[in-house]
Amino acid sequence: MIGLVRTVAIALGCFALFCGLAISIWNIAGHPTPVNLPQLLANNLDRSGVDHPVTAVLLNFRSYDTLLEIGVLVIAGIAGISMAKTASLEDQELRTSDSLLYALQRWFLPLMLVLAGYLLWAGAHRPGGAFQAGAVLAATGLLMRLGGIPMDFLRPGLLLRLGLGLGFSVFLVVAVASAIGGNAFLAYPPSMTKTLILIIESVLTLSIAMVLLALFVSAPVNNAEDPEEGASS
Amino acid sequence: MSAPLLYSLAGAVLFGAGLFGLLRLSHLLRKLLAFNIMGSGVFLVMVGLPQHQGGPDPVPQALVLTGIVVAIAATALAVVLIRRYYHLSGMTTLDEVPDHREGDQG
Repeated sequence: MIGLVRTVAIALGCFALFCGLAISIWNIAGHPTPVNLPQLLANNLDRSGVDHPVTAVLLNFRSYDTLLEIGVLVIAGIAGISMAKTASLEDQELRTSDSLLYALQRWFLPLMLVLAGYLLWAGAHRPGGAFQAGAVLAATGLLMRLGGIPMDFLRPGLLLRLGLGLGFSVFLVVAVASAIGGNAFLAYPPSMTKTLILIIESVLTLSIAMVLLALFVSAPVNNAEDPEEGASS
Repeated sequence: MSAPLLYSLAGAVLFGAGLFGLLRLSHLLRKLLAFNIMGSGVFLVMVGLPQHQGGPDPVPQALVLTGIVVAIAATALAVVLIRRYYHLSGMTTLDEVPDHREGDQG
């Protein structure tokens, strides 16, 4: 009975919150915006070094957000790795013996890698960019792991951690270098904007893929029964 | 009422429904899903509302793109923590029935 009362109370509270949100959305929608952001962006797009407005915002005008974002991702990846019990990216127990899947994968994996590269390159002038390419790259890694394709080249100790930190470090180095060079923090020198954005996007793709892959790899615990460290009960 | 405004109102609905699920459901994975639904509602509001006023606005879209990536990573981390919690305590909820210490929750 008391559970029902609680449910009803929570439902009413959530509904009241929804009503408040809807009213404020309605009010905001009724008023014109003081600043026309798309227009402002279109006027400054020439200075950004890329042709696509979303990429320009992500990696030039609001690159601070992207820097912090990759920082958050690296922290999440490190936390995930520290929870992991698996020593290697390759898991024998997860390996499937489906020969059809294995054969199909050998066709898919190069295609997915090419697709990731294309998405990265396309981000300069059409929808695409580091995040989409990173997601595809991470999916490629997941497919490799689930299908049992050897991934010995990606030991968690070495290359994985390097890839994890690479995006954030390069981004930070660029930001600090421009600050030392006399510009504002994260303001690219105008002559090298395109090059710098491309470099940052490439390493970001690698890092995002590595973080997602690391978080996936650290999820399975092989032996559910064995007592672990810190098990106090 | 235009379609983008409808989207942002639907985002508010998603937010309310997700909040209800987060507060009321006890299984940790369901809580995590409900939390993600809340986040999707926020994204929908952030994309829909500027579009209602002046066409597609790249600035909120870029922010939402950033948010989606962070949400994916946070969800994956939460799943890792939930699995760890399950293996340590054998429970899938945070109810204080046995005297286990509480784990982290996404």
